[in-house]
Amino acid sequence: MGQIVLNKVQKKFDDVEVIPPLDLTIEDGEFAVFVGPSGCGKSTLLRLIAGLEDVTSGSIQINGRESSDIPPAKRGLSMVFQSYALYPHMSVRKNIAFPLRMAKLDKAEIKSRVENAAAVLNLTDYLDRRPGQLSGGQRQRVAIGRAIVREPSAFLFDEPLSNLDAALRVGMRLEISELHKRLDTTMVYVTHDQVEAMTMADKIVVLNAGVIEQVGSPLDLYHNPKNTFVAGFIGSPKMNLMTGEVAEKAGAQTLGVRPEHIAVSDSAGEWSGVVGVSEHLGSDSFFHIHETGLAETITVRADGEVNFKHGDQIFLTPRTDMMHKFDGGGNRIV
Amino acid sequence: MARATTKTRKAVVTIAAWMIGLTIFFPILWTILTSFKTEGQAINDPPLFFFFDWTLENYAIVQERSNYMRFLWNSIIIAGGSTVLGIIIAVPAAWSMAFVPSKRTKDILLWMLSTKMLPAVGVLYPIYLMFIKLGLLDTRIGLVIVLMLINMPIIVWMLYTYFREIPAEILEAARMDGASLRSEILYVLTPMAIPGIASTLLLNFILAWNEAFWTLNLTAAKAAPLTAFIASYSSPEGLFFAKLSAASTMAIAPILILGWFSQKQLVRGLTFGAVK
Amino acid sequence: MAPAVILLLGWMLVPLTATLYFSFKKYLPLRGDSLENGLEWVGFQNYTRFVGSSSFWPSVQTTLIIVGSVLVITVILGVLLALLLDQPMWGQGIVRILIISPFFVMPTVSGLVWKNMFMDPINGILAHLFRFFGAEPLQWLSQASLQSIVLIVSWQWLPFATLILLTAIQSLDSEQLEASEMDGAPALSRFWHIILPHLGRAITVVILIQTIFLLSVFAEIFVTTAGAFGTKTLTYLIFQRVLESQNVGLGSAGGVYAIILANIVAIFLMRIVGKNLDR
Repeated sequence: MGQIVLNKVQKKFDDVEVIPPLDLTIEDGEFAVFVGPSGCGKSTLLRLIAGLEDVTSGSIQINGRESSDIPPAKRGLSMVFQSYALYPHMSVRKNIAFPLRMAKLDKAEIKSRVENAAAVLNLTDYLDRRPGQLSGGQRQRVAIGRAIVREPSAFLFDEPLSNLDAALRVGMRLEISELHKRLDTTMVYVTHDQVEAMTMADKIVVLNAGVIEQVGSPLDLYHNPKNTFVAGFIGSPKMNLMTGEVAEKAGAQTLGVRPEHIAVSDSAGEWSGVVGVSEHLGSDSFFHIHETGLAETITVRADGEVNFKHGDQIFLTPRTDMMHKFDGGGNRIV
Repeated sequence: MARATTKTRKAVVTIAAWMIGLTIFFPILWTILTSFKTEGQAINDPPLFFFFDWTLENYAIVQERSNYMRFLWNSIIIAGGSTVLGIIIAVPAAWSMAFVPSKRTKDILLWMLSTKMLPAVGVLYPIYLMFIKLGLLDTRIGLVIVLMLINMPIIVWMLYTYFREIPAEILEAARMDGASLRSEILYVLTPMAIPGIASTLLLNFILAWNEAFWTLNLTAAKAAPLTAFIASYSSPEGLFFAKLSAASTMAIAPILILGWFSQKQLVRGLTFGAVK
Repeated sequence: MAPAVILLLGWMLVPLTATLYFSFKKYLPLRGDSLENGLEWVGFQNYTRFVGSSSFWPSVQTTLIIVGSVLVITVILGVLLALLLDQPMWGQGIVRILIISPFFVMPTVSGLVWKNMFMDPINGILAHLFRFFGAEPLQWLSQASLQSIVLIVSWQWLPFATLILLTAIQSLDSEQLEASEMDGAPALSRFWHIILPHLGRAITVVILIQTIFLLSVFAEIFVTTAGAFGTKTLTYLIFQRVLESQNVGLGSAGGVYAIILANIVAIFLMRIVGKNLDR
């Protein structure tokens, strides 16, 4: 019941085309993540779905119903904003109840739904506080509470975690994922953080300059990036992209290999270089290798125990089955 | 700066600030003190500060000679009426400028402000004639209209800055939550804008209360507010310091007290959004 | 926004047109001229007479001196006072109330109080003060008339400047100041390079709002010198022509000049403000 279909959706601000016509289908119950660098149009796309912006042309279908001319509230969607957008003059209870009040539900029904949502989100003790008295994480939960009480056919999240600190972000990420599992409702989630995209999504939509670069499951994108943009954007640390002789030998313009797909050795290997900065995370070690003749820096991942010092000679061996070849246009060679 | 300052430094700053503050406040203090003296004590050499026979007779005389309550009532009606009317008309304008801005919004705002620079005296006579024609001369309704118009740009500008501080996302959230335009305005915008509207109201009440060009030139007796009440003391009664002081105190006391209680909000309003 | 815009447009245009119309006519109501009988067209005669009068240029000068001096005094003292008030002290709230108070005093009152109780050469406080130090009391409003007016008006507007600038200083990110302190900037250069630029917007607003009100300073002059002793501003000169000598044509021509002067100032200001208020 929560299928969203975009058909040739285009958006212009004045004369600037921020989103060229694009097609996209988000299936019912799916967790779709729009990811891309800032200014890539991902938030605009979400706002088009929400109805907060009007499409310039094309159509948006929600639950099989043509919705591009329907006002936001009638689309059956809930949205969680980056700034949470809580009503500062209302208590938490009133904030959560607001959409129900607008829908003119009866008082008893509102009360039970609000208390239900508060219980799910651990907000029961805070119902009578104002948003100003809450921490960032609690505010975020109130915003989610306001979204779930409406029982929408889909949730829209606009970078909901970007105002939280790192530790809270990981926690909230899990909570949202769990919420998705429990409600089994379509969620559309916008973020610039590829880790959030990889960990939460059923389907990732990579956007760049208003254009969909690739749509697929996290692992699909990881293993089969369609072009150098997706290859560089998905995965951390970034995929090493090499040009020149080594790429030509493989029959490509650009050759890519991920840091985790390169074996290191102090004695022998296919490539050689000098260790620059090393980063030890305990579980893993990352080495930034210079003077390889392949690219300015090659990043490799090794086990946490492996230790090289700055200036050490090092040998690298890539896994050939994990190499990615791209043509002159940056597109994947199959 | 959040750092431990020495006691001496704080003491020096405190003394300096208090001395300057008292100097600036002195004319007002002196006026209030003098209003309780006899005329003889008022011009005593050396000046008397606190040790004189406090008397209320000046207030009684002033009240007897010119009907203070009527002037006060006129001031309240004129300042209050023009402010409330102005806000009612300005709210929709500020609303649309803040939330549906167009390319010309800023130009319109600046143009509005520039109308305030038109010297009133340049158009005094036409207005004067118009007032005679329309029978508005020396009426409260006439002054309400004029003061509303001269303060309108400031009202619009202030409301605009306050409305702009309301994050657009909150309004969008309300729209997503199913609020109609009416409920959006009623339940979300207005409660959030109340502090702003209140301080706009306050500042314009004060400006209208103290306005002394139109109120002096367009009134004679019936509708004259406190500005005219006090102007009538310019001579020769001005030489009677105690009575002048009593009249002055009566003219400024209401607004001074109102101002003291609301100075925090006022200062915020005065900055016209230029200072966060 | 329509109602507010239309009202203001009407408020501006109707009297403006009438003023322009009168400025080309001979219109002396006391000598029997009236709209009903038709007014005599005199071309630019009123304009040349107004500029030709010996009071014209002095009045423009007086206006600019008052506006300029009050702006300079209130901004400079305002900045200094704001810096002082920003320091930790006891009773800051009360000091703020003391300082803001003159802003609430109506111009007629402050004019009268200063004129009589302070500047009176015999019984005024300042006269007592001068005599106490063995000096001859000054005839303030005749010997130093313009300075006296500037003093009175500055006293009224200093609170406004101070409090806006204080709010602005308090909004300065303290990390910025700490960073510059770490960079070894002495107090004076911290003020020049960090505090003062930060105050730019606030100073613009102070200048804009004050200019609007200062150009039309009226009551302070009306109750003190009544335009004598070189305190006749353009506003006051026109007021005298229209209401005291009842020469509407001549006064209207003066009004047009005043509008032109205000517009020159306005264009300047709007440029600066428009730029400064952009985010």
